[in-house]
Amino acid sequence: MAKFEKADSVGEWLDQRLNLTGLNKVMMTEYWVPKDINFLWAMGVLLATTFTILIISGMILMMYYKPDINLAFDSVNYTIMQEVAFGWLFRHMHGVAASVIFLIIYIHMFTGIYYGSYKQGREMIWISGMLLFVTFSAAGFSGYMLPWGQMSYWAAMVITNLFSGVPIIGDALVVWIRGDFNVADATLTRFFMLHVFLLPVAIMGIIALHFYTLRIPHVNNQNSEEIDFDEEAEKYLSGNKKESKVIPFWPVFISKDFAVLGIFLIFYFYLVFFHYNFAMDPVNFDPADNMVTPAHIYPEWYFLWSYEVLRGFFFDIAGFKAFDIGLIAFAFANGIFLVLPWLDRDPAILPAHKRPLFFIWFWILMADLIVLTVYGKLPPTGTNAWVGFFAATAFIVIFLVLPIITKIDAKRRGSL
Amino acid sequence: MMRELKILAVVVALTLITYWGVEPYAHSQMHPHVADADYTFSDKDGLNGLKGDATAGQVLVTTNCTACHSIKSEGYPEIMDHASSAAAYGVTPPDLGSAGKLYNADYLAAFIKNPAKASEVSHKFVDGRSHPMPGYAWMQEQEIADMVAYLQSIAPEEMSNKEVFVDACQRCHSIKYADMQKGTMAAFTPDENIKAYMGKLPPDLSQHIKSRGHAYLETFINQPQKHLEGTAMPKVGLTKDSQDQVIAYLEEVGDSSKAKREELGPKFLIYLAIFAIFAFLWKKSKWRDVH
Repeated sequence: MAKFEKADSVGEWLDQRLNLTGLNKVMMTEYWVPKDINFLWAMGVLLATTFTILIISGMILMMYYKPDINLAFDSVNYTIMQEVAFGWLFRHMHGVAASVIFLIIYIHMFTGIYYGSYKQGREMIWISGMLLFVTFSAAGFSGYMLPWGQMSYWAAMVITNLFSGVPIIGDALVVWIRGDFNVADATLTRFFMLHVFLLPVAIMGIIALHFYTLRIPHVNNQNSEEIDFDEEAEKYLSGNKKESKVIPFWPVFISKDFAVLGIFLIFYFYLVFFHYNFAMDPVNFDPADNMVTPAHIYPEWYFLWSYEVLRGFFFDIAGFKAFDIGLIAFAFANGIFLVLPWLDRDPAILPAHKRPLFFIWFWILMADLIVLTVYGKLPPTGTNAWVGFFAATAFIVIFLVLPIITKIDAKRRGSL
Repeated sequence: MMRELKILAVVVALTLITYWGVEPYAHSQMHPHVADADYTFSDKDGLNGLKGDATAGQVLVTTNCTACHSIKSEGYPEIMDHASSAAAYGVTPPDLGSAGKLYNADYLAAFIKNPAKASEVSHKFVDGRSHPMPGYAWMQEQEIADMVAYLQSIAPEEMSNKEVFVDACQRCHSIKYADMQKGTMAAFTPDENIKAYMGKLPPDLSQHIKSRGHAYLETFINQPQKHLEGTAMPKVGLTKDSQDQVIAYLEEVGDSSKAKREELGPKFLIYLAIFAIFAFLWKKSKWRDVH
């Protein structure tokens, strides 16, 4: 065992045992981040903050929420919203944060795509990030069921029913997921468990993994410049701060994050107090009723693009049922981002504006996702259905051509 | 700095386009615009300009109406309890004490003449089914006007939002959040009767201010068929003031935290603005050395 000297202060006592000074260096003051960044690099800290808000507000809501189909609706809309002091505030914070976190996730994700921060050593950053997207989606979906309103019920009905499309075991799978033949009390309680325990724990674990994956390849920068982090850190530590291409996470990088966070929190709390309907759909203030189907069933906005890929295929093609084609397209849409690092055949890491075809590809993808999102909410009739069909088809084509166009970019540049 | 602002402009623009698409635009497609509420009820066969005489009306009302309707304020009590009267008529008949205040006079006249037609629910009363209240179109127009004048003369000047709701809505609708402990705000007509009468249980209105919102409630209560063709909900003929009171009551009950929310919001934003200013100053001081 190591020999311990008598400590002169609590800090020293702890330092002897936990090496806090060393830990602080590794995690904070000597964790190096490129200097050449813009505010889009602050999305990680925004996400961490929003997730913290979700955890804290969620714990408070859980003290009064009752996961029972006869009690859930009133426990949310009466007890929490009207009786408990500031219950309404925490519910609004939770509901709005759940929606806004997806906006930030998407900005974070498309920043990564734009700057090529998912390849050439950064694949694990990308994959762990996409795993977070999947687990956050599951958390969003399971949480949306808890107030047991009309949209909770019918969205759960429609989405769980999708699993019936899995060959052979489909019907049994649906019953297994619901815990009943219908969406019922057993469904609510198991989604409650997922929402308050399994998914948050999984998310926290994957966040730790996501942070760790940054350690070796390091964070990308605005011009995708290759930086020798050891050499630049040396410069910084020897006082040559202006010339060094890196900055420490604490306090320099985080000071910029806080500035961005300040603006973000004003936006977020404005929504919490004055503009929350987009995140708390009015239809969900009708109690769940299995006898009355709402006129329009739609998921939350952040699922609309993939939902529209699903329902875009509304007619049978060459003997394949529309439902099955839609389901395959849906699976494609949800899986394809995960393998993005391997679809991009360009070996160079460059921002999109330095990759001519990829640049066009990126903005077409953005446009298509927005079209899918908007039409995912509209009633799928007449022209809307056809817009959905073409936008969904376009989505698939966009990803199929990615290997080709990235190769052409690379060849023209002479990288291949 | 310029680059950051350009990027911010792109992010904000894409966010706003998406927001516009999934919120205002999508909702305008799902809920087509309807004409504004009409509180004149000029399309009804109402008073047709006649002025009524309250004294003459009193005789007519007390001989024709009090067999079924109570007018408690004038000493005509309910003849049966709610359950029994619901069993007898299908729905508990309203007390007439406040009718002259709650309902538009032309609507009231039209309703007395032909209840199903005035309330736009004739489609419910086919195949030998008839409205529980018989029409009085056989009376003289002047007599109808006299009865309306009488009902107006006995109506209270002022009513609380809750009283308006109780008299105008509670025969069919519960609003349980108004009294979760004692349950006094359940519909007067028992569930089984009202279900039989309306075809389905009318919804509890506790959260309608949230699920429907002001704009929808205004046009819906004024004319239900405009939003829900074929609905069993009658057009009730509330005056603008009464309807505003009903909606205000729905808000008192369904969104009781509204005042607190609107008071606390600006304070939060001021504190956050201060936080943002300090954060920017801190950033400036930290980045001075590295640029």
